[in-house]
Amino acid sequence: MLAPMKIVALGLLCFAGTAPAQIEVLPVQGNIYMVSGAGANITLQLGEQGVLVVDTGDAAKSDAVIAEIRKLSKKPLRYVINTSVHTDHTGGNEAFSREGGTSTVVNIVNTPGASVSNDIQILGNEAVLDRMSASVNGKPARPSLAWPTDTFFDDPKELYFNGESLQILHQPSAITDGDSLVYFRRSDVVSTGDIFMTTGYPPIDLENGGGIQGVLDGLNHILDLTIPAHHEEGGTMVIPGHGRICDEADVIEYRDMMTIIRDRIWASMQKGMTVEQIKASRPTMDYDGLYDVSRADADKLVETVYKSLAGKK
Amino acid sequence: MVKAFLLIGLSALPMVAQVNLSGEWAARTHEDQGERGAGPELGDYLGLPVNDAARLRADSWNPSRITLPEEQCRVHIASYIYRGPMALRIWEEKDPDSQKVIAIKNYISTYEQTRTIWMDGRPHPSANAPHTWMGFSTGKWEGDVLTVYTTHLKTGWLRRNGLPESDKATLVEHFLRHGNYMTHVSIVTDPVYMTEPLIKSEDLEFDTSESAAWLWPCEPVVEIVRPKGEVPAYLPGANPFLHEFAARWGLPFEPTRGGAETMYPEYRKKLKAMPIEKPLPAK
Repeated sequence: MLAPMKIVALGLLCFAGTAPAQIEVLPVQGNIYMVSGAGANITLQLGEQGVLVVDTGDAAKSDAVIAEIRKLSKKPLRYVINTSVHTDHTGGNEAFSREGGTSTVVNIVNTPGASVSNDIQILGNEAVLDRMSASVNGKPARPSLAWPTDTFFDDPKELYFNGESLQILHQPSAITDGDSLVYFRRSDVVSTGDIFMTTGYPPIDLENGGGIQGVLDGLNHILDLTIPAHHEEGGTMVIPGHGRICDEADVIEYRDMMTIIRDRIWASMQKGMTVEQIKASRPTMDYDGLYDVSRADADKLVETVYKSLAGKK
Repeated sequence: MVKAFLLIGLSALPMVAQVNLSGEWAARTHEDQGERGAGPELGDYLGLPVNDAARLRADSWNPSRITLPEEQCRVHIASYIYRGPMALRIWEEKDPDSQKVIAIKNYISTYEQTRTIWMDGRPHPSANAPHTWMGFSTGKWEGDVLTVYTTHLKTGWLRRNGLPESDKATLVEHFLRHGNYMTHVSIVTDPVYMTEPLIKSEDLEFDTSESAAWLWPCEPVVEIVRPKGEVPAYLPGANPFLHEFAARWGLPFEPTRGGAETMYPEYRKKLKAMPIEKPLPAK
């Protein structure tokens, strides 16, 4: 069952907490770059065949992001992969579609009146399309130009582009029900979406199918993909949903933290404590300072995890 | 004429250190020895300016955590690694054309870490750049003292019993050479887990013995079979070992919880009025 009314507030659910930033492009590894300062981090893969991006950031920053990409490559925009439906990850989908696709809209053979853009494809889990196309007051939650043009159910979705194989790995019931990890196998980079970030707690969205166990499964899945180089440093690099470029050791810290917080809240629930009593016990207190989160945001995480563990929305 | 020539010649020299730190150095672990060999006892936060967040995190830390394969080869961060019984090699990297020092390099035997201290005035990288065990360091000579500023550190130890140092911590170091001895002073500022900077020092001795062990191989293996994703940790209030340190050494429990106050001599008066922890039961 969809929850279309919630989609408009998706951007607000993210308590990433970063200060407004200039758009910055940093090389990561191989032919992968990270764009920050435009909402969620955007991953770029550049090559002879064109430009592939993972997530498109905030709508308001799209023109600036595309301008930065154009400084690095004049090749066509060919693929967008969405790691989540949240607007800080998909807000630029329309702009990328216009930039990459509208000039070559062609008729679909045997489907009179229908058309498809064949220049840029937007890939996402089926749930992303479901959420974006769900009816809100008689209209789709998001304009059709923002929708995935190619969805997948099975794990993994595979793609070969710019001389590199990619795996798009659906992570069920994590931040939402449509989350994906994207693994660039040759460059050895994982783009994680908001399952992992360095600027805040994961913005678990229960209304859109997320849950704490899915986030933990996702973090452990990332650790399965990453292989560190010498003494637990480097090797597979990780682009988080928000924050700095990372490697496996940073994901371990985050996985440990979220597991410990989950375990504390669960233990309190087993003692019969109410959610308000658990909030008062401050089970995130030793981590709140890492992200400068307010008490209200810490309480929000506790409540979300509590509801998730209790099987409530 | 000779004097004038000498003056011209000297002024043409690049700015260089008053001393050269290059060579191989061995740690002298007489200072804070108990912490630096076998390691600190659980629950010993004495003399550290930690806050409640650090205490909770350390109280929750279960030493079994480092049996997880992904955490077995975890490296001591730059602000802690000089505490070990390590061997240190220092050398300078110079621009071949100008002969100016570009960087001072440290090879630290513990976990085979190579550290670069940039001396060419380059800025620290973006906040979005990766953090590393050794961080990003820039240095300058202040008279005979090499002063180093480090950012971009990963999360690590403040003390090797679970007390954390956050990835927001910064580090200032001073390397002071006294002939064949060198003092390393570190000043850690951590806005997340400390209320005041922590100042530590270690001494090293110039080592010509060529007997140092320079390698630190580490290969993670499964030591304990666990369910996937399990992270050993104590729930709040459930760590059974927190009173052991005070009981073993006949101390009151309160100072073992640390805090800035416990760093200063005046705290001794307060200490005398506190009840001593009950001794450990005889085995």
